[in-house]
Amino acid sequence: MSSSHRVRVSVDVDGTRYVDDVEPRTLLVHHLREQLGKVGTVVGCDTSNCGSCTVLMGGADGPQHSVKSCSVLAVQADGASVTTVEGLAGPGGELHAVQRAFHELHALQCGFCTPGMIMSAVDLLRDNPDPSDAEVREGLSGNLCRCTGYQNIVRAVQSAAAALRAQAELPEEATV
Amino acid sequence: MTSTIEPQVGAARKRKEDARLITGRTRWTDNIALPGMLHLAILRSPHASARIASIDVSAAKRRPGVVDVFSGADVKDIQGSLPCAWPVTEDIVHPVRPPLADGFVRHHGEAVAVVVARDRASAVDALEDIEVEYDPLAPVLDLRAAYEDTGLVHPDKGTNRSYTWIFDSADAGTGSSVRDAPAEVTINRQYVQQRLIPAFMEPRSVVVDPGMGEYTIWSATQIPHILRVFYALLTGVPEHKIRVIAPDVGGGFGGKLQVTPEELIAFLAAQRVGKPVKYTETRSDTMLSAHHGRDQLQDITLTAKRDGTLTGIHVKLIANMGAYLGLVGPGVPILGAFMYNSIYKVPAYRFECVGVFTNTTITDAYRGAGRPEATYAIERAMDELAAELDMDPIELRRKNWINADEFPFTTVAGLVYDSGDYDAATDKALDLFGYAELRAEQERRRAAGDPVQLGLGVSTYTEMCGLAPSRILGALRYAAGGWESASVRVLPTGKVEVVTGTSPHGQGHVTAWSQIVADELGVAFEDVEVLHGDTRTSHKGLDTYGSRSLAVGGVALVEACRKVRDKARVVAAHMLECSPDDLEFTGGAFRVRGTPDAARTVADAAFAVFAAHDLPDGVEASLDADATFDPQTFSFPHGTHLCATEVDTQTGHVRIRSYVAVDDVGRVVNPLIVEGQVHGGVAQGIAQALHEEAVYDAGGTLLTGSFVEYTIPSAADLPTIVSDRTETPATSNPLGVKGVGEAGAIAATPAVVNAIVDALRPYGVHDVPMPCTPERVWRAVKRGGVA
Repeated sequence: MSSSHRVRVSVDVDGTRYVDDVEPRTLLVHHLREQLGKVGTVVGCDTSNCGSCTVLMGGADGPQHSVKSCSVLAVQADGASVTTVEGLAGPGGELHAVQRAFHELHALQCGFCTPGMIMSAVDLLRDNPDPSDAEVREGLSGNLCRCTGYQNIVRAVQSAAAALRAQAELPEEATV
Repeated sequence: MTSTIEPQVGAARKRKEDARLITGRTRWTDNIALPGMLHLAILRSPHASARIASIDVSAAKRRPGVVDVFSGADVKDIQGSLPCAWPVTEDIVHPVRPPLADGFVRHHGEAVAVVVARDRASAVDALEDIEVEYDPLAPVLDLRAAYEDTGLVHPDKGTNRSYTWIFDSADAGTGSSVRDAPAEVTINRQYVQQRLIPAFMEPRSVVVDPGMGEYTIWSATQIPHILRVFYALLTGVPEHKIRVIAPDVGGGFGGKLQVTPEELIAFLAAQRVGKPVKYTETRSDTMLSAHHGRDQLQDITLTAKRDGTLTGIHVKLIANMGAYLGLVGPGVPILGAFMYNSIYKVPAYRFECVGVFTNTTITDAYRGAGRPEATYAIERAMDELAAELDMDPIELRRKNWINADEFPFTTVAGLVYDSGDYDAATDKALDLFGYAELRAEQERRRAAGDPVQLGLGVSTYTEMCGLAPSRILGALRYAAGGWESASVRVLPTGKVEVVTGTSPHGQGHVTAWSQIVADELGVAFEDVEVLHGDTRTSHKGLDTYGSRSLAVGGVALVEACRKVRDKARVVAAHMLECSPDDLEFTGGAFRVRGTPDAARTVADAAFAVFAAHDLPDGVEASLDADATFDPQTFSFPHGTHLCATEVDTQTGHVRIRSYVAVDDVGRVVNPLIVEGQVHGGVAQGIAQALHEEAVYDAGGTLLTGSFVEYTIPSAADLPTIVSDRTETPATSNPLGVKGVGEAGAIAATPAVVNAIVDALRPYGVHDVPMPCTPERVWRAVKRGGVA
């Protein structure tokens, strides 16, 4: 182990660019939490099963997709852009439709899995704006929750899906 | 001022807690970073049983960034022994349990040495340089062998049996002897309550800041108040120099109802280095070191008349304590002892429990704690009796349960059930479920020889909640009481601060307590702030477990509110120049009877008290009150759960086709929260039936040491359930509430397994051991009888 060896990593997180020298073995989630203060993203296991650490990640200009940030090395995020649960709300603090639906439909109890669950749901709905309940359950099966039995999570994702679809249709209707 | 306010209790208010949790502005213990803070890593035993021949920490100490390394030998004289607060018998065998192993390790994962370093990675790296020589010993793993004292976990104790606890209704005067019970039919069954792991999502974490002899401790715990008492007792630091904070805590389910080795180790480390330290466990650490649940061998005998009338219940239990006694571990099966008779009228009951040591992680409270085990055994056995008598399982239950007009009812276990309506809950559940139609479909599939058979499972349950009357706890040798406290202070501008002794970790107390206060004081829901989980602001409390928070803490809150209201009434009367007796509190204000426009609110009184210019003689210039509520009895929620499973007899695969839960938790403060508790509880109950089991190999290594092997269900593994309620208010407390936290986990497990066995009865199957994996179901079908 040579902890003196460091690699420069430049990553955009929630709209801010951070340049740091990190140990090559540093996981993205530890970089986020310990160097960048992004403690909204949490660690629930050490085997990439629980999904609590899920964030969105993409190339500087490309689309973002959900990743478990415990399964990504910080050096792999060099040049990437990352959105965490802390950067999901709009510029004026207005909640994302998924965040709002989680609140309205009581889709969280202790809230520890919630950041990861929300980020996975956001990605799921980008891929599939109108999922069946089974597709929601399958799509979130990489995120574990011990409190809710998932029932209200599924409801919340469906509610957010409907809200996002309505939002997407609005501009078209406006032009008619 | 005269506007009426919508009642808050009973309303589905969205939670105040959510705003931070959905935006990542959270305060988990692991988020805490203090100036100069050091990090701990703990070396754990790879052996289930071994003598520690030597430990050499010198190489680890020389590593860069390592501040301190120590083992049990270094803190031998000061580390003490972890507490057991529930020594259930006078002669209980209670071995010393040092936070860091001292000479011997007795389970896989026991803490052996600790590194204190500048960062977490340096601490973990240094573990590799600690040299430990072990002389492995033969572990005692099989519970029955342990019970027979085949090999000893603690050789100096001469036995693995920690205690024997017996209840007999003939001795207690609550019934007759099972020996004399008429036995036209006898059902004797053995059930294995497999070992489970609570698996709260937030791994445990503790930060200790030693300050200048004044310790501030943040811990991911359910029990900050109890923890503070034990820190004082165990460390010798005076209690008033210790502040314990449970910040955001990510689930518990009983798993964080513990005083842990890690909490003491972090304390010792902070004391040694004089700096703040943090220990956050990995999930693998959690699996090894946080206590497990269940793990009992049950032998239950029901005797009955041929018409189905129960005449006796005899239970013999062997309960696995693990290698030591946990905080309340010995008491867990004793909580179950009062529940085997469940909702049934039984004239004779005997319960015998032996607590036994094995070389495994300790067991202790896990959602339901003793009551799910009891409910499982009686509800499975009732189905077996029904099958033996060729009766419908629901009709058998109906024949035996306590009727709504028979409350209050003193049970054969000596508890007084205050209220309930088992017919109402069951009828509602049957209706929602479509019981008759499903039975007809079952008949069709059986007749057609369908390889996928349909099974219907029922579980009726009650549980003792609202832990607990202090006198009863004392009689059961529990070290503490069961009261709860609340303080209410009305601020000059009419806003309200509430301090509660409960310690929520997902239950939504901030929201529910705000609803209660809003109604009691006529203030807005938004105007109530709930403070909890910090012994500096809430010095008095007994924390959150055992579905006690609302039934005990909520009632304390009501009583504190009513004291405040009584004082506000005196002030309001003075302001309105009338007698307090002329005022009624309605629509959120004190109004003069007959002249409702003459009114003053609690907020008006608060400002008058603050100004104190014109207070009635003898009235102090404050508007706040404390209350401590010690319940006189438990509360008894109940319900009926129904499950339909499709069981593939060729593959053993089980699919839950429909699930109906009708629960009666008394008066409901927030239906949204109650429904969420039922969903989560049912999920954990299903998980025990189908998915989860902690497994040790023949050498005592925990095989299910991560979420790869210990498979808590994902969204894809669980059904959508139908949940509804009946509402029979508790008569034992002014809120009429009963508790809901554990109900789902208690009811679901037997409902699911009853459904599986019901599907397979034509194949000669009368049991499938849990978890009912496809392999076990398939084997049961192949073999017939028990898998």
